[in-house]
Amino acid sequence: MSIEANEEFKPKIVAFCCNWCSYAGADLAGSSRLAYPADVKIIRVPCSCRVNPMFILRAFEKGADGVILCGCHPGDCHYSTGNFYARRRMTMLFSMLDYMGVENGRTRVEWVSAAEGVKFSTTMNEFVQKIHSLGKNVRLGDLRCRN
Amino acid sequence: MQELIARAKELLADGTVARVLGWKAGDLPYNPEPAYFEKEEDFKDFVYNSFCGANLSKFMIEASKLEGKTLVCLKPCDTYSFNQLLSEHRVDRDKAYIVGVGCKGKLDIEKIKKQGIKGIKSISGAEISDEADTLTIDTIYGEKTCAFSDAMLERCHVCKGKEHKIYDEIIGESKETKDAERFAEVERIEAMSPEEKFAFFRKELSKCIRCNACRNVCPACSCRKCVFDSTKFDSSQKANVDSFEEKMFHIIRAFHVAGRCTDCGECSRVCPQGIPLHLFNRKFIKEIDELYGEYQAGETVVEKGPLTSYTFDDVEPGIVAERG
Amino acid sequence: MYKIAKENLSALFRKIAESQELYLPIENCGQVNYGVWTEDANVNIDILKTVKSPKDAFFPQSENLYTCVKEDKKISIKAEQLKEQDFVVFGMKACDIQGVEVLDKVFLSEPVDSFYKARREHGVIVAMACGEPEETCFCKVFGIDPADPKADVATWIIDGELFWKPLTDKGEALTDAVKDVFAEDSSADAKVEAKKEEINKITEQLPYMKLSLEGWNGDSLDEKFNSPVWEELYKPCLACGTCTFVCPTCQCYDIKDYDTGHGVQRYRCWDSCMYSDFTMMAHGNNRNSQMQRYRQRFMHKLVYFPANNDGMYSCVGCGRCVEKCPQSLNIVKVIKAFENQGGEKA
Repeated sequence: MSIEANEEFKPKIVAFCCNWCSYAGADLAGSSRLAYPADVKIIRVPCSCRVNPMFILRAFEKGADGVILCGCHPGDCHYSTGNFYARRRMTMLFSMLDYMGVENGRTRVEWVSAAEGVKFSTTMNEFVQKIHSLGKNVRLGDLRCRN
Repeated sequence: MQELIARAKELLADGTVARVLGWKAGDLPYNPEPAYFEKEEDFKDFVYNSFCGANLSKFMIEASKLEGKTLVCLKPCDTYSFNQLLSEHRVDRDKAYIVGVGCKGKLDIEKIKKQGIKGIKSISGAEISDEADTLTIDTIYGEKTCAFSDAMLERCHVCKGKEHKIYDEIIGESKETKDAERFAEVERIEAMSPEEKFAFFRKELSKCIRCNACRNVCPACSCRKCVFDSTKFDSSQKANVDSFEEKMFHIIRAFHVAGRCTDCGECSRVCPQGIPLHLFNRKFIKEIDELYGEYQAGETVVEKGPLTSYTFDDVEPGIVAERG
Repeated sequence: MYKIAKENLSALFRKIAESQELYLPIENCGQVNYGVWTEDANVNIDILKTVKSPKDAFFPQSENLYTCVKEDKKISIKAEQLKEQDFVVFGMKACDIQGVEVLDKVFLSEPVDSFYKARREHGVIVAMACGEPEETCFCKVFGIDPADPKADVATWIIDGELFWKPLTDKGEALTDAVKDVFAEDSSADAKVEAKKEEINKITEQLPYMKLSLEGWNGDSLDEKFNSPVWEELYKPCLACGTCTFVCPTCQCYDIKDYDTGHGVQRYRCWDSCMYSDFTMMAHGNNRNSQMQRYRQRFMHKLVYFPANNDGMYSCVGCGRCVEKCPQSLNIVKVIKAFENQGGEKA
């Protein structure tokens, strides 16, 4: 453990991105050569409302330090209304996590369109920084998944 | 109770209903069980008293598949659950004959035993017709007394009211037993620091034995197969190897009924370890009330609940962090 | 016989815990369960029944069997170590001790369960006589004497004092190690005898103690199995696992793999015959209705188990299921239902 303490903290971050806007936004960030930390692992989903609360808890269970959900801007959903439902669900989930004493800021929702490569990269940079300041996720996570 | 039995027998005899869903007296003064009555002689065991806490509306899912109507005894708070099940098309209104039974608060035997009352032989004051404020309990260790309100289930202290929300007829008087604020406990936890909140829930959930009683009793938990029963899911159902599993189970359980939970309090009633599970459900109810407008699930039959509808101007999930 | 004042018990616990782990009833958030003693634990030895039985000390609700670790392309397997240190379980009641004997029949007969065996060998049981038995108790039905528990050490609480009597070599050894905190009492035997009589008088009055188990044996298997009574009895059952998880004799377990991301942990955990995936096999499940699952539990306890174990029932009458079932179903109601309705052939 003492060796680990000296090691630099490398957060594991999971980003759920909707296929139509945010994943394309990430693509654009890439092709525009905008940098965002390699700690962010993107999981592509058909729509932000495909993400059920279990996905987020499972990510934390298996060792994620932060989870971010990106979707189309409200009103721009490819399926018309998916992100509206996602918005309500995530509000509920985040408030429950807060209620149970999980640090605020480990979870986040951001609307990123296909044209917002810059927003994607700044959001990810900000989020990684936030997780850095919060440190390792110890409150949500299965001990068995730790090394 | 006699009026109820007489009416049930009458409806059974004239063929209006094929069976009656009520409670059967147990072999101890406080353990009646839900039961079906199909013949007149079955009614010798029929009982309805303050220990009949079980919410019978979930049984109507199965009863809706049976031939003929089922007479079901519902207390005022149970009718909310029935409405909610109707909204979700899980029960058939035409298969139910709802008798709204009177309720003056239901008792929790655990609370009586917590007061050191054991070796119970008989309990008086628990009959629905009694208007006693105290229970007189005859035990092998002598006669004991206990205030009725001290032995009431938690949910009765935040009673939603004495009105039946759906019924075919009402038998018996009801009394509102509310003497505490519904969200007081939730607010107390909200005011804690994250460390305290975390410690509080970890301590409570460390008792969880994963018996799934809270899930199985819940009228809103009516999935044919629960995700936690899946064999393809490695942190599933039974074990409590690590504290995370309980957290995940209880968050998901409460989340899945968010917006549909009528706050009937069955989860907390049945928990063998006395975990205040209603605190999870009530947190969601409170948030829905605050963010999307006051909503009481099961008040009426509705097309859409708060989590299956939306408005363009809903708050962003970031609000949770902003309000601190 | 030795004795110690009740208020000095923490000195005894401290002394025991110096050299070994000590399990005893601890109150946490209003519920009492067996747990490991620590200096700030909220010990409650007055409780008659803990929510969960103390079988956890020998057969934990979940335990690791081994771990596979993946490093690059190599997979190594690390076996879990067997219990090597002695430990003490303090305050077990007569019914729970009989419960451990039931578990012995299952886990110590061939093939022997090495995890269980190691715990049994290293565990010292300090039994405690029941002070105030309750209306849910029916241990006498199974020939258990709540006033005179048989274990490594037997204890009684009489007028604010704990009387301590070692019964086996293991018990003697433990007594030698903690003797300093005790006082000797030559008149103790008389006091204990008086206490036993007092407890027996109480049990006389309890409603379930005279339950009859007539007809519950292997010979009645077909008759009981095919009885129409089950169809009536199971109906309110929620299919939760409360009865099985609070039971001191339920011994079924499941073995599962957990993917840790960098390996696999194989663990076993208690299973419940009330669950839909109990004994799930590739072809599906051999009990696919709740009636069958419900019947299985009671048939196992009262028919199959005695038929295979010289008449020993796998119920000990602790009454936990009577207290905890959310719908007030329990083994007593089952026994009575068969008594009343005769359990005629279908």
